[in-house]
Amino acid sequence: MELLCPAGSLPALQAAVDHGADWVYLGLRDDTNARNFPGLNFDEAALAAGLAYAHARGRKVLMAVNTYPQAASWTRWTAAVDRAARLGADAIIVADAGLIAYAHRAHPKLELHLSVQGSATSYEAINFFHERFGVKRAVLPRVLSLQQVELVAKRTPAEIEVFGFGGLCVMVEGRCALSAYACGEAPNLSGACSPAHAVRWKETPAGLESRLNGVLIDRYAKGERAAYPTVCKGRYAAGTDTYYAFEEPASLNTLELLPEFARIGVRAVKIEGRQRSPAYVAQVTRVWREAIDALQAGRFAPRAEWQQALARHAEGSQTTLGAFSRPWK
Amino acid sequence: MKLALGPLLYYWPRETVLGFYEAVARAPVDTVYLGEVVCARRHELSFEDWLAIGERLAAAGKEVVLSAQALAESEGDLKLQRRAATNGRYRVEANDWGAAHMLAGTPGWVAGPHLNVYNPQTLALLAELGATRWVAPLEATRELVAGMLAARPAGLEAEVFGFGRMPLAFSARCFTARRFDRQKEDCGYACLEFPDGMALGTREGKPFLAVNGIQTLSAGAYCLVEELAALRGAGVTLLRVSPQSKNTVDILFALRAACDGQLSSFDARKALAALAPGALWNGFWHGRPGMEAA
Repeated sequence: MELLCPAGSLPALQAAVDHGADWVYLGLRDDTNARNFPGLNFDEAALAAGLAYAHARGRKVLMAVNTYPQAASWTRWTAAVDRAARLGADAIIVADAGLIAYAHRAHPKLELHLSVQGSATSYEAINFFHERFGVKRAVLPRVLSLQQVELVAKRTPAEIEVFGFGGLCVMVEGRCALSAYACGEAPNLSGACSPAHAVRWKETPAGLESRLNGVLIDRYAKGERAAYPTVCKGRYAAGTDTYYAFEEPASLNTLELLPEFARIGVRAVKIEGRQRSPAYVAQVTRVWREAIDALQAGRFAPRAEWQQALARHAEGSQTTLGAFSRPWK
Repeated sequence: MKLALGPLLYYWPRETVLGFYEAVARAPVDTVYLGEVVCARRHELSFEDWLAIGERLAAAGKEVVLSAQALAESEGDLKLQRRAATNGRYRVEANDWGAAHMLAGTPGWVAGPHLNVYNPQTLALLAELGATRWVAPLEATRELVAGMLAARPAGLEAEVFGFGRMPLAFSARCFTARRFDRQKEDCGYACLEFPDGMALGTREGKPFLAVNGIQTLSAGAYCLVEELAALRGAGVTLLRVSPQSKNTVDILFALRAACDGQLSSFDARKALAALAPGALWNGFWHGRPGMEAA
């Protein structure tokens, strides 16, 4: 079982490597990746330094080029792929079929992973990319149950990676335009969901309001914990009910399922959060490293100390098993 | 410009569906997409029922396309996709790469709007796999569509979502069941109560979204009737209308008249505003938020 950890900066990459990540994933400082936030990500110098740091310690680096290029911007995305190959990234993670075809043709030795943004939810979809372009690994959307993940893993020769901890997309990744609908930018084309520049917080007599491009996403009474205003984590009115229509703000935490993941053939777990601090990366990586080491030594049991450390970094301090828990759907 | 009627996204009683397509058979529409694309639990109509509706529409001179379910999670979902893909009678619309995999090598299939085809290189790949029609993603701007079609593969048609509530997101979680504290597998078929989806407003009472089982749609309707010249100029030859519980046939008549120049775009917009389930929006086409009217 491999552990993949996020890095939005060189210090975060170093924290991930120092605390036991097998792979660190990162992106360039632009909209060619799905965490296109101001002040985040890697320019060429930082990327070269990060690769050197990880490789000197026997770890791998995965570069995300996982948004969708358009006709006018195509060459910027191919340049990102070329740069990953030239600087010696161990793999790239891609969503767009045309770009996967390009990478396979231009860099036949570059390892390809199918991004969760590619929305492959079945072995039929994954096998298409594996057979045609040699895609070695696929990341599954956070909406499949354990049984469904098991079916996929059984029926594809590609390696399967699932999300272990962090932000929880309630919608199928790569198939959600809610943010674009409200503010004009969404992960597929802009690499961002609810970008900070479109978010406003305001204290009002009725409570603390969060808005996305003017749309009221939620309003919090005193003492209520406010969540970052993504459309799917807001409270809305249906008839006379006002409630979290899609999902309560909470983070995914599947630590207790590690033995199940191993049993059904999951090859890697991924920690979400390239937008999070180096301290988050360090602490979450440490916990998952210990848990995977315990699993591999045959003495795994979820420790209270692990769960407490993870809860400190969860949205609203709440964690959920998401689709891995049957009642969730 | 041809008119296409997209797949029925909602869950209606069987008799309502049969009556709806009987009216569609007499409406000015060239292509009709059929089948359940949202939720495999819906069973008012069987696959054979859809094929029978297809026969009726084909006899009325319509081009019939079977749409494959957009989100495939289970072996059961894949079986449904395979049945559509191998039906042998009608063209098939793929809405994920699993269905595209099943259709690869079959000539004449349709690359649906949920396939995330945003650039000419991906379009060329689809053409190589046998697709002969591309339905643009909902978020497609005028520039994106024009860029795609400037160097399009020979024989490839382009269709754009032109009218109706915007299908914005899919989940595995059923939000209609959630409203009633039910689990998806014991949902009581709550979607039957919401023929155009369940309206969600913001906490200050503004219409925002509509929930349709595992799908989330816009409260207002996308409307590109004022963009017909730009669509034609870009090389788009089909305009998709999404079925709604009321006024669908009138919407098709209004759009037909607008496409034929018998109704000005101003008058057509006015007519369509009265037939829509909410405000008319066209932001995506103009590179703006989807819930804006540019």
